Amino acid sequence: MRMRPALIAAAVMALCACGDASGAGGADASPSRLGLGREVAPHEVAKFDRDVGPDGAELPPGQGTVAEGATIYAAKCASCHGAKGEGMTGGFPAVIGRPANAEGFPFGGSSEPLDRTIGNYWPYATTVFDYVRRAMPQLTPGTLSDAEVYSLTAYLLAANQVIPMDATLDAASLRAVKMPYQDRFVPDNRKGGREVK
Amino acid sequence: MTSRRDMLTKTAGALSGAMIVGVPPLRDAQNPRDRRAAQAPAAPPAEQPMLDDPTSAPGAPTSAVGVRSPQVAPVRTPTGLIQGSSLTPHQSLSGTITPADLHFERHHAGVPAIDAAKHELIIHGLVERTLAFTLADLQRFPRVTHTYFIECSGNGGGAFRRPRPEMTPQQIAGLTSNSEWTGVPLRTLLNEVGASREATWVLAEGSDAAELTRSIPMSKIMDDALIAWGQNGEPLRPAQGYPMRLLLPGWEGNACVKWLRRLELGTRPWMTREETSKYTDPLKDGTARQFSFEVDAKSIITSPVYPDKITRGWRPISGIAWSGRGRITRVEVSTDGGATWRNANLLTTPTPKAHVRFERMWEWTGGETILMSRATDETGYVQPTRTALIEARGIGTSYHSNPIYGWKVASDGGVAFHGET
Repeated sequence: MRMRPALIAAAVMALCACGDASGAGGADASPSRLGLGREVAPHEVAKFDRDVGPDGAELPPGQGTVAEGATIYAAKCASCHGAKGEGMTGGFPAVIGRPANAEGFPFGGSSEPLDRTIGNYWPYATTVFDYVRRAMPQLTPGTLSDAEVYSLTAYLLAANQVIPMDATLDAASLRAVKMPYQDRFVPDNRKGGREVK
Repeated sequence: MTSRRDMLTKTAGALSGAMIVGVPPLRDAQNPRDRRAAQAPAAPPAEQPMLDDPTSAPGAPTSAVGVRSPQVAPVRTPTGLIQGSSLTPHQSLSGTITPADLHFERHHAGVPAIDAAKHELIIHGLVERTLAFTLADLQRFPRVTHTYFIECSGNGGGAFRRPRPEMTPQQIAGLTSNSEWTGVPLRTLLNEVGASREATWVLAEGSDAAELTRSIPMSKIMDDALIAWGQNGEPLRPAQGYPMRLLLPGWEGNACVKWLRRLELGTRPWMTREETSKYTDPLKDGTARQFSFEVDAKSIITSPVYPDKITRGWRPISGIAWSGRGRITRVEVSTDGGATWRNANLLTTPTPKAHVRFERMWEWTGGETILMSRATDETGYVQPTRTALIEARGIGTSYHSNPIYGWKVASDGGVAFHGET
């Protein structure tokens, strides 16, 4: 292949710029890796790495019951989310509820405000565990033990008629829970262009 | 005619008390022998008198931090809730850059106070090297600076579902703001840790009390995602994620995780609360869009608006337009309720995923009418009417709301929001 002289010159200059690290002030073309940042040991990562995905692969040991969860809910959750999980004004969403007018996933077409509860909206049970463990109770997040989180998750799922009231949840049984409307969630299909979606 | 010097002489006695408070005696800051120059700077005058003739007496001294004119007081709308929002007063702004102290806020568990010397961003998962970066580390990488908007996907949801005549641009569109961001491209950091080719999703986690998490596709991370640490020339403000935040240009604000402390590379989304129970868009067909990150093209007139009362004659119709898919290519304005549309001037060269200000001069000759604006972006997408949005999605879809907004001018010049386009 023949190159035009200007291109050859540019290529040579580029090689020089990359290869010359001998200047008194150091190289001005930095390498692709700067060697910055601190190597982190696995036990340090573990402190933060507490997320639980939809397959439940990261769920911790432990277990909890609906009954225990009901007690914890009354003590630590009801003051914001209501005694029956009905929610409160001021940004405290309803978490429990299966009213007939909100069954069948009518939310998009409904002009009346319908509560999107764990039972009639949330697509994954693992999300309940993950979110409660990381963010609740709002004023004292991170204070619940894994067993308490299993219990609360069990209570919230049972109160939403997803699992039986006498259920015990652990990693395996939580992984097996399928939420009522999981299959309603679809990837975004908006792509720009002329069509309004 | 009274000269300035006469005025100064005449007013000096009457104003001397105020002047001593507001204006310290002259001193020579450049002269090391003037010991007063080494004193702490005078506090800005609390109430500097506003003279009939401001040339008749010296003004206030320099100050450590500037303040707005007491005649100008744009404010956000704090709710007092730790999981609340506070909206940008677009009706008070001009140009395209949002002052950092007026950038909208949306927090899920309040604004954390973070020591930048201790804060680290850990990148782990499908990487060759698990690394933690401090703000000082990030600032040693090659930087980029770009202007991008951020918009909460809830912006305009209330105006879409329940439009009311007394709504302001702040209430309708105050959950978007536009800043010049400085930071490091995330792909630079992923090169540093040696990201695996198997990674397809990244979990981003904040260091707030919600430990807010979102799953982000790797394609966006490698495209134009930033770890931003600078905003409008200064460090991020705490409410905007100090010391570092994820910035996903053109994507919904919730995914631009503030106070970023962790990125985990994996092979599937985590289905966090903020991408399942919230920030999903239920449609009238009984499904819900998930991972609906991109912001559709949108515009809003910010003057004249409610509660303005206009007089006859010429004035600019002015507003902002933006698209999460690239550049705004055209903004049209209608002064007859959408019957006819004319191109507005774009006051700056549109850049991708940033606000652009538009303007069109208009003469009001009296009589009722409705003013509207309509944005088009470089994909050819045209901002739809509210009716078209309801037809496509349903009235229950309040996230990513971007209908044409109208402003009804009454025969007495009063302006009210007209949301039912």
